[in-house]
Amino acid sequence: MAQGIWIVAEQREGELRKISFELVSEARRLADTLGQLVTALLLGSNIKEKAAELGKYGADKVIVADDERLATYTTDAYASVVAQLAQADEPAIILLGASVQGKDLSGRLSARLGVGVAQDCVAFWIENGNLVAKRPIYAGKAYATVTYKNSVPQIATARPNVFELNEPDESRSAEVVDGQFSLDDSELKTKVAEILQEAGGKVDLTEAEKIVSGGRGMKGPEHFTILEALAELIDATVGASRSVVDAGWRPHGDQVGQTGKVVSPNLYIACGISGAIQHLAGMSTSKVIVAINKDPDAPIFQKADYGVVGDLFEVVPALTEALKKVL
Amino acid sequence: MNILVCLKQVPDTETQIRIAPDSRAIVTDNIKWVMNPYDECAVEEALRIKEKVGGEVTIIGVGPQRVTEAIRTALAMGADKGILVDDPALTGTDSLGIAKVLATVIKELEYDIILCGKQGVDDDYGVVGSNVAELLDIPQVSVVVKLEVSDDGSKIKAHKEVEGGTYVIEAALPALITAQKGLNEPRYASLPGIMKAKKKPLDIKTLADLGIDAGEVGESGAKIQVVELTPPEKRAAGKIVEGETPEEKAANLATLLREEAKIV
Repeated sequence: MAQGIWIVAEQREGELRKISFELVSEARRLADTLGQLVTALLLGSNIKEKAAELGKYGADKVIVADDERLATYTTDAYASVVAQLAQADEPAIILLGASVQGKDLSGRLSARLGVGVAQDCVAFWIENGNLVAKRPIYAGKAYATVTYKNSVPQIATARPNVFELNEPDESRSAEVVDGQFSLDDSELKTKVAEILQEAGGKVDLTEAEKIVSGGRGMKGPEHFTILEALAELIDATVGASRSVVDAGWRPHGDQVGQTGKVVSPNLYIACGISGAIQHLAGMSTSKVIVAINKDPDAPIFQKADYGVVGDLFEVVPALTEALKKVL
Repeated sequence: MNILVCLKQVPDTETQIRIAPDSRAIVTDNIKWVMNPYDECAVEEALRIKEKVGGEVTIIGVGPQRVTEAIRTALAMGADKGILVDDPALTGTDSLGIAKVLATVIKELEYDIILCGKQGVDDDYGVVGSNVAELLDIPQVSVVVKLEVSDDGSKIKAHKEVEGGTYVIEAALPALITAQKGLNEPRYASLPGIMKAKKKPLDIKTLADLGIDAGEVGESGAKIQVVELTPPEKRAAGKIVEGETPEEKAANLATLLREEAKIV
């Protein structure tokens, strides 16, 4: 019978991404319920030395797939290797990050293995030895609790920033083994020709711990500098509402909401955003929400932990100044 | 070039979602159904490819009769023909099941490139595109924000959005790409376009037409089963930050964020 929980660790340029540790932490909790082992798959090039870090967060075993063709994620190479390893060992559950990589890989993998995948989950638990997943639908306007049928393994992706990190235990170590796989160049049909980094190396909205977001009330693209000043001070990423993006004030990648990024930061500061339903859907799982808006009846105040009724052009710079004094 | 677009119809994003009494589905009364926003970008990109290298754009949808409206919209934008798979046995089909239906339709067609939206803004699974690519054994590039098709229509260069950057990916055709917003600005259907669309071919197929066994789809074939739908958790009532002046309000907010929420 299929046994064990696997996670697919995620690395970029040889550095493990935070989601990898969130996955190990959650897998550890599930595995303890089942009395089973946590195995992390680590794919990359010259990546073996990173295996120990996964052990500290709770992995019992790390299977390393080391190959220069795995240095940068490609669907073809990663799906081939993960599918081969999974077919050999038959884990009961495979968790991946609900990142661009994890969503892409889980889709390909689920079709190859002919199993179900629950995407972008915010909670997992075990019932009768099987995985149960809770996931937002309609960008969070509702939640679906889902189970699997005829699926070995049960595949799911975990939303970044949602699952609690275990305290790393320096005394823990994982057994590290080399994964057995074959990879033929003829399988690799796509090639990453170039990697363009975003200017300033800012944290992506989906992974940001703090977000300062602007809406129509910003009155024009040139005024986003006041949000950028606040964001820089508190180490936040700047987001935007759909109307701002549609007006061309900010790029599409900055949009928060149902047709943009769905975010779960620790702090979300909404400036001049009235709170259209498709926007609220995309940010209402933020841990602390601040709304700054001059309209006291704006729907955003219904979701806000702290509301400031006032002119954002006065309040935001004053907030930046006030925080400068204490930070 | 033979260009295919897989399309879904979804509730408009302004829709207030209500959960049905059985907690397994949403209430669909009074919902305004629209073409999935990401699929609009896929249709637009298909039309631009056709304008550049020539060819034919075929729209494929799976779902009830109402989905013909979304397909007609795509035809009015400029697509050439549509195919809808409509069968009562499809109710409750999961992503992989839908992908199997799409792949079965596609295998009967000639194709060079297949475009899908990166996800439906209803169920938010975002896996049908990669499922279809796998079932057809062709390469995929997901979350594409810029696409270049070579003049001879033999290969693509796609900009794929990743966290904090972009991967520029090259692939030979045939391939499948999934569209992210920002890929293009979808055009509106013109009045002459809408008139012409009424005469364009739109084939309705059943599972039997495709040779698909009803047991492979629907709830019986689904690998993922919805146990329960629940509303989002209610947030506790917040507080309005007091103060006589903007500066005072800002200072009070700073104190609350630091000392009460302990977040900065």
